[in-house]
Order: sequence, then C-alpha cells, then structure tokens
Amino acid sequence: MPVWFTPATALCGLMFAISPFLIANAPYESTMGLVQKIFYVHLPSAWMFLIAAIVCGVASIRFLFRGDARHDRLAWAAAELVVLFGIVTLVTGPLWARKAWGVWWQWDVRLTASLIGWMVSVAYLLLRKYGGPGSDKLAAGLALFGMANVPFIYISVNYWRTIHPTTSVVPTLPTSFGLPLWFSAVMFLLLFVLLLRARVRLEEQRAQLDALYLSVDG
Amino acid sequence: MFARVVWLVLRKDLMVEVRSLEIVYTTLFFAVSCVLVFAFALVQEGRPPADGAAGILWISIAFAGTLALGRAFERERQSETLRALLLAPAARPAVYVGKLLGIIALLVAGEIVLVPLVALLFQAPLLLRPIWLAVILVTGTVGFAAVGTLFAAMLVRARSRDVLLPVLLYPITVPVIIAGVRATATLLQPDVDGEILRFWLALLVCFDIVFVTLALWTFEPLMTD
Repeated sequence: MPVWFTPATALCGLMFAISPFLIANAPYESTMGLVQKIFYVHLPSAWMFLIAAIVCGVASIRFLFRGDARHDRLAWAAAELVVLFGIVTLVTGPLWARKAWGVWWQWDVRLTASLIGWMVSVAYLLLRKYGGPGSDKLAAGLALFGMANVPFIYISVNYWRTIHPTTSVVPTLPTSFGLPLWFSAVMFLLLFVLLLRARVRLEEQRAQLDALYLSVDG
Repeated sequence: MFARVVWLVLRKDLMVEVRSLEIVYTTLFFAVSCVLVFAFALVQEGRPPADGAAGILWISIAFAGTLALGRAFERERQSETLRALLLAPAARPAVYVGKLLGIIALLVAGEIVLVPLVALLFQAPLLLRPIWLAVILVTGTVGFAAVGTLFAAMLVRARSRDVLLPVLLYPITVPVIIAGVRATATLLQPDVDGEILRFWLALLVCFDIVFVTLALWTFEPLMTD
C-alpha cells in the first residue's frame, strides 16, 4: 500500500468521529427540522455515487479499446463503490422524502435515474461474478451502454414530472449549513478514495497470484 | 459488400427459422400467455384498467423479445456456428446488422399477433391509427433489439447467460419502454396530442440512432477473444 494510506485512513476515521458533532450543532432548518440533517449524508454520498459511476464508465471505455487490465480492475472497484454509495443514497433519500414531500418515493427524474444507474451497476457486478471467463469485456460494454443511457433516462423521465430540489441550492447555502456539508463531502471523498485504492490493490494481488500459479504450472 | 453480408446473414437466419419455426411458435405462445396473465390480473368485472393496454403490449413485447433473443443465440452456440460466422472474412458490423434485422423481423411478426389480441382483450382502440402505431412499434423494437442483439451475442460465451440477459437488458432499455408505452398511450386517447406523440417518437429515433451506432462501434472489440 502507498505511504499515505494509513494516515489517510486515520484521518478519515477521525473525521467520521467528529462529523456527528458538527451535524448536531448545525442550525435547524425552519420547515423540515431535524430530518433535514440527513442531507449531510445524503448529498455527499450521492456525489460519490456519481463520481464512482463516472470513474467506472471512463475506466471501462479505456479497457474496452486499449485492453489494459489496470483499467479493468479500476472499473470493477469503482462499480462496487457505485453500489455501496448508491445504497446509502437510495436509503437516506426516501427517509428524507417521507418528511419533506410526504411520500417515500416519487417517480421523479433524479430518483428514477439514480435507481436505474444503481441497477446497471448491480447488473455489472452480477455479470462479473456469474459471467465466467470473458465477462470483463462484457462488463465494460455494459458500463459503456449504461453511460450512454443516462441522458435518455433523464429526458424520458423528466417528461413525467420533477419535484427534486435542483442543484442550484448548494452554492446559496448559509455558512452554518455549508460547513458541515463540505466537511461531510471531504470525508466521503476520502472514504471513496481509500476504499477504491484498497479494492484495486486486492484485485492487483489476485492478478499477481494468478500469474504466479500460471508460472508454476508452466 | 456490406449489404451482401447483411443479406446473407439475414437470409440464413430466416431460412433456419422458417424450416423449424421454433422461435416464432414458442415466443408467440409465451407472449400470448403473458397477455392472458395480465388480463386475469387486471380486468375486473369485465372492465380493463384505463390506459393499461399500452403498458401490457410493451411488457409482452419486452418479455417475448428476451426469450427470442436468448433462443436465437443459443442456436448459434449449440453448433459453434457463431464462431464460424465471426471467422468468416466479413466485416463484423455487417454480421451484427444481419443478426439485428433477423431479430427485428421475429419481433415484428410477434407484434402482428399481439396488437389485435391486446386490442381485443383490453378493449383498446389500438388499430384506429395503424400507421402511427406501426411507426411507434418499429422504432421501439429497433431500439430494444439493437441493445438486445449486442448483449445476447456478448453473452453467448458467458456462464448463466439465460439469467444475465434480462438482468443486463432491462435497466438499459428502460427509456425505450417508457417512450414506447407513453407514445402508445397517447395514441389511445380520443383526441391525439400530436406534440407529445412527436416528442416520444423523436426520443425513440434518437435512442435507435445512438444505440445502433454504439453497438456497431463496440461489436468488434466485444466479440474478439
């Protein structure tokens, strides 16, 4: 593992320990009250969900056309993080929505697009796990199609209706809300990088082990 | 040369199918059973649910389409003929287009039976505007089959391909299903809103163009060992 890994893990743990206090001390939002605090987990995990999906897609395309196994390992690690952060997003979202909108789920464009994106990444993992030999390329193809699909899902679902708050809210937040939010965002980003690095390393070692077995057999 | 390869692959597929009619019969029977299950579940006291016909038609097409896709490539796998096809000195995209046209022909044949059946069982005026309906069905089928043919071809060598095909195919084809269902539902209204209909049709056409292009582009790297 790289030198920065252990200190970064310690820092990330420390941030996770501090963040509940910051979030608890943030002011109450006037209309939603306590429930609004889910926002400090929901929004950063949704960002990581998106970043992981982009990393997975870009790495898959590079693997598909260049054939470098490093990109494939990166794509696999990122796909698992898409599923992980997707679960956090998709669980915290309805908890908040129940209070804010009065319903658990709405067929709103962002919710639907996130759900389908999450399903594509689950399909990706299923394919990798049960697809057998050769499934690395197929999974890369799936990731490519999943990326191309995003605008279509957005347009098609948008034509129903939309009630999710828009992204323009974030820059206008007062500092008292902004500080815990950015703190959480950095914390989640750190967690994302650490998990990605650890998962890629696991795959690297597996590949090395396979190479060693092959050289012994040969 | 490209068109010739497409034609040869298509003719081969149609000839194999016409001689056995295996996929046509099994898929059609499955699609009809699907529609019947929906009819039992949703028609209450002789009255079908409002706006239900469009959804049922498209779900049946998607289910039957998955079955046909799986079967069409299973046939190529059994005697290793897909390998032979790929070894042939022909452009890979041409092979893909040939297979795609074969699948579309199968699905369109199924739709010809499904549409009157759904219209009958769900008392829907599906056949009032046959040309518009045909345009929607064909553009939707092309989009569904473009993704389906590529995925089914990729999965030929994979383990547990029968389960994986729908798992991969449905999340990706969600926009086609939404657009197809909404366009068909618009068509079933007493007075058709031309603007909404054109919007969904435009979305379907864009989807077809993007996904056929992507499939042509990736078929070669995906099908290379």
